[in-house]
Amino acid sequence: MNASSTESVRPNYWKVFLTFARNSLVRDMTFRVNFFLQCISSVGWTLMNVGFYLIIFQYADTIGEGSGWDRDRFFLFIATTWFINSLVQAFFMPNAQEFSELIRTGGLDFALLKPIDTQFLISFRRIDWSALSNFLAGMVIAGVSLHGLATQETDPMIPSLGSVVLYLVFVACGVTIMYSLMICLSATSIWLGRNQTLYNFWFYITNFSRYPMEIYNHGLGKPLYGFFTFVIPVLLVVNVPARLIAKPVSPRTGAEWMLVGWALVATVLSVCVSRWVFGRALSSYRSASS
Amino acid sequence: MSLWWTILQTALEERLVYRGDFALGTLMRFLPIITQIFLWYAIFDSIGAVESKPGSEIQAVQIGGFGFREMVAYYLVTMIARAFSSMPGLASGIALQIRDGEIKRYLIQPIDLIGFLLLNRIAHKLAYYAVAIAPFALVFFLCRDYFVDGWPPIHVLVAFTASLVMGFLIGFFLEAAIGMIGFWFLEVSSLLFVYMLFSFFLSGHMFPLSLLPDGIESFVNFLPFKYLAYFPAAIFLGKIPAEELPTEMAIEALWLAFFIIVCRTAYARGVNRYSGYGG
Repeated sequence: MNASSTESVRPNYWKVFLTFARNSLVRDMTFRVNFFLQCISSVGWTLMNVGFYLIIFQYADTIGEGSGWDRDRFFLFIATTWFINSLVQAFFMPNAQEFSELIRTGGLDFALLKPIDTQFLISFRRIDWSALSNFLAGMVIAGVSLHGLATQETDPMIPSLGSVVLYLVFVACGVTIMYSLMICLSATSIWLGRNQTLYNFWFYITNFSRYPMEIYNHGLGKPLYGFFTFVIPVLLVVNVPARLIAKPVSPRTGAEWMLVGWALVATVLSVCVSRWVFGRALSSYRSASS
Repeated sequence: MSLWWTILQTALEERLVYRGDFALGTLMRFLPIITQIFLWYAIFDSIGAVESKPGSEIQAVQIGGFGFREMVAYYLVTMIARAFSSMPGLASGIALQIRDGEIKRYLIQPIDLIGFLLLNRIAHKLAYYAVAIAPFALVFFLCRDYFVDGWPPIHVLVAFTASLVMGFLIGFFLEAAIGMIGFWFLEVSSLLFVYMLFSFFLSGHMFPLSLLPDGIESFVNFLPFKYLAYFPAAIFLGKIPAEELPTEMAIEALWLAFFIIVCRTAYARGVNRYSGYGG
C-alpha cells in the first residue's frame, strides 16, 4: 500500500463539516416558519436583556464602583457574550443534546464504527442555524456601542487593529473553553446513563460568565472568583476578549496581561482535559441493549 | 367527591417517586441568585452607599423603592411566587392531547377536563412543596439577613398567601386558555415560547417592575402578568401601601374571574369545533 492510498482513506474533516452544515441548513429550511419563529424569539430574548440593562443604566453609571464598565463598554461586553453564546448554541448545543440521546438509545454504536474521529463526529453533526440570529443581534449591539464609544465627547475610543485581532483570537478561545466544558458535561451522560439536566447545569455554570469579573472580587465572592477563573475557567470566556476591546482599565496593568496569558493556557488545558474525559467516557461505554 | 380524592391521591404518588433528584434540582435553581446578588451589589455600589451606616448621614441608595438587601429578598420571594404560578407543560400538554385525540376521553367519560387538570396540578404542586420546602427553607435561612424588616405583619402575610393562591389559579387558567388555542392551530409550541419570554419580563421575574420608566410601568401594571411574580413579592416586602392593598387584591380576583371565563369559553367553543376520528 503506498502513501497516496492511505491518504484517500483518511476523511477530509473540512469537507465533512461542510456537508454537515449543508444538511442542517436544508433541514432547517424545510420548516421555514418554525425557523423564523425561532429567530424571532431569540431576538426577543436579546431585546429583553438589552431592556433590562438599559434600565440599570438609567440608575447607575457603571457596573461596579471604579470598574470602568460604563454603558457603552458594558454593552460591548454583552455583545461579546452574545457572540460566544450564539456560536456555542449553533454548533455545539444541539450536538451535546443529541449525544445524550445517542447514549441512551445505543445509537452511539454507529458513530463509533465510522472511520472518523468520534469526538469530531458527535460534536459537529448538527448545526442550529437559527441560533446564529443572536450573532447578528450581537453585531448590532457591538456596532451601536462602538459607535457610542467613538463619538463620546470625553476621550473617544476607537479600538486599534491589534486589539481587534486579539479580540477575535480570544473570542475563539472563549468558544473553545465553552465547547470543552460542554463535552465534559455531556460525557458524564455515558456514566449516568441519562443526563436530562445537562442544559440546566450548563445554564447555571455559564451564568457566572455573563458579567464583568470585578463584581465577584470582594468579600464572599473571592472564592467564586478563584474557582471560576482557575478551576472551571468560565469567567475568562467573555471577560478576556471584552476587556481587550473595551479597555475598561487603561493603561493596562501587569495583572491584566497575566489574565490574558492564563486565558490562553486555560484554553489549551481545557481542550486537553475534555479530550481526556471524552476518551475515558467512551472506553466505559457499554452500549444499550437492543 | 371520592372520585376527585382518588385523582388527587394518584397524582400525589406519581410525583413523589423521584424526590431526591427533585430536591437537588430545586437547590440548583437558586444558583443564579448568587450572580444576581453580586451584580446588584456592584450596581448599588457604583451609585452610592450600599448600606446606610448607623449614626452617619449617608443614606443607602434605593432603586425603584428597593435597597440592595430588599432587591436580593425580592428575587428570593419571586422564587416562591414562581413556585406557585409556573405551570410547566400545562399548555403544551393540552395542545398535545387535542392533536393526538386523547381529549376524546374527557368528552366521553363523566370527567371535566379543566377540573381534572386543575386537581392534577394541585397534587403536583403539593408534592413539589412537600419536597421543595427543605431546600427553600435552607436557602431562606442562609439569606435571612437580606430580609431587613423581618417577618411582615399578619395581615400582610394573609394577603401574601391569598396572592400566592390566586397567582397559582391565574397561572393555571391563563396557560390552560393558551393550550386551548390548540383547537384552532395544531402547533402552539413557538407561540408558547413567545408567551414564556414575555411573562418572564412582564411578570417581574427578571427585575422588580417598579424599576421600569414611569410610562411603561403604569402600562405593565395594568397587565395580568405581574400577579405571577411581582405582586406577591411586593406584598411580602411591604411595597404595596396598606390602603391600596384591598383594591389591588380585588383587581387580581377580577383578573382571575376573567381568565376562568376565557378558559371555559375557549374549551366549550373548541369542543364544538373538534372532530375526533377513529379510536
